[in-house]
Amino acid sequence: MGILTFAGWLAEAPAWIAGLPEWLQNILFQLYQTFVYQNRWKFFVDGLKITCIVTVGALALGVLIGLIVGVIRTSYETGSKKHKSFLFTLLNGLCKVYLTVIRGTPMMVQLLIMGFVVMVPKSDTGMILCGVVTLGINSGAYVAEIVRSGIMSISAGQTEAGRSLGFNYVQTMWYVVIPQAVKNILPALGNEMITLLKDTSLVSVIALRDVTKQAQNLVSKTYQAYVPYISLALIYLVLVMVLSKLLSVLERRLRKSDQ
Amino acid sequence: MISKEAETLIKVDGLKKAFGDIDVLKGIDTDIHRGEVVVVVGPSGSGKSTFLRCLNLLEQPTGGHIFFENTDITDSKVNINLHRQKMGMVFQQFNLFPHMTVLKNMTLAPMKLLGMKKEEAEGKAMNLLARVGLADRANAYPSQLSGGQKQRIAIVRALCMDPDVMLFDEPTSALDPEMVGEVLEVMKELAKSGMTMVCVTHEMGFAKEVADRVIFIDEGVIMEQGTPKEFFGNPQSPRLKDFLSKVLV
Repeated sequence: MGILTFAGWLAEAPAWIAGLPEWLQNILFQLYQTFVYQNRWKFFVDGLKITCIVTVGALALGVLIGLIVGVIRTSYETGSKKHKSFLFTLLNGLCKVYLTVIRGTPMMVQLLIMGFVVMVPKSDTGMILCGVVTLGINSGAYVAEIVRSGIMSISAGQTEAGRSLGFNYVQTMWYVVIPQAVKNILPALGNEMITLLKDTSLVSVIALRDVTKQAQNLVSKTYQAYVPYISLALIYLVLVMVLSKLLSVLERRLRKSDQ
Repeated sequence: MISKEAETLIKVDGLKKAFGDIDVLKGIDTDIHRGEVVVVVGPSGSGKSTFLRCLNLLEQPTGGHIFFENTDITDSKVNINLHRQKMGMVFQQFNLFPHMTVLKNMTLAPMKLLGMKKEEAEGKAMNLLARVGLADRANAYPSQLSGGQKQRIAIVRALCMDPDVMLFDEPTSALDPEMVGEVLEVMKELAKSGMTMVCVTHEMGFAKEVADRVIFIDEGVIMEQGTPKEFFGNPQSPRLKDFLSKVLV
């Protein structure tokens, strides 16, 4: 199939379009060839699916890693000397190395290394997994520091109250400290989630066809950048707005006890 | 008064605690009997709160032993969490869990640690709330309560675990003066019900009225102890005389 030309499109288009000013015709033409011609909207939908899968997967992984690393780091720094066994010190050291390396190298480079050196995925599922793992590990480092700040914002009295009732350290964290910490860190965590959602646009470097990659492909087909990229920006904007809304609803629900 | 034969609930043997280079407790020996109400007084910085916090190992002693119900809880092989279930503690700053309702604050530990059913735990909590006159606040959050109410809830939260001893760490020091009375009332009632209590407090009136024994801790040791009558009526050491002259105005 050849390239759709403006003149060709105008000849096929409904008669009322011919009466419009030329700039409007031009925009309509570009919209047509970006979304309608050859059902190209399907590219965006396919890309959006990948973007959403990678975002949700990386978020889940990032929060999990962040929670574990954050708790280890906090309990190591606040714990008494007596409880600092060799294993605990080693674990804390590993966490520190992880934080330094991940926060000290660009996400793009991490993707390149995971995609072409470490995991080298061959299948579509493998590539998605590679994207989720890389972004999850990256996000985990930032979430860990957010979690650490959250846990440290809860007074020692809360831990003592939990322990004095007979809860062990992990139970006290789980029932008493973390629920309060999560409430305090929600704005910062929301920020991290929004950043992660937008950073998924980088996965195109490991050949994942996310929504950004699809838009790029379209531009290389039509040689028109205006509508595909503006549409791409609008898609991200809407996604972020939906995420922000969800976060603010969650925040309001958690604030219930502060009336 | 407590008979001499009463069972020893807590035996403190040569208890020492140092923070870095500072020796806070320099060897404390005392026995606390079942049903006894012990009030610990002393100047600030004397180590009385540290002593109390060592009893349930919120502070790890640096020397000596603490036997609770004949178990050496300072032994690192002992699971302290099981013994803490039997030692209720009330803090100066209340330390209610702000993200939970009053009822949830009270039922959390019995349900998770003792495996109590929800209905059973809530029934028990409601009975205790009624005892301290706060049954109508069961579904309130801590931020909606006054200081006195918070502390009364903190006391009954600890009672929900059916402890064998209650430790009070300056329970009225963070309260507005008009709320001290309501908390002391609850503590008096608790003492009359036969609960073993160790209270660090500045409320000398409470000590005189309720205590079986008053302990004066200064410079990390027990300087003097005795029944309230001996303690307040006939203090021996110059330090205690000096202390009492300052607090009993």
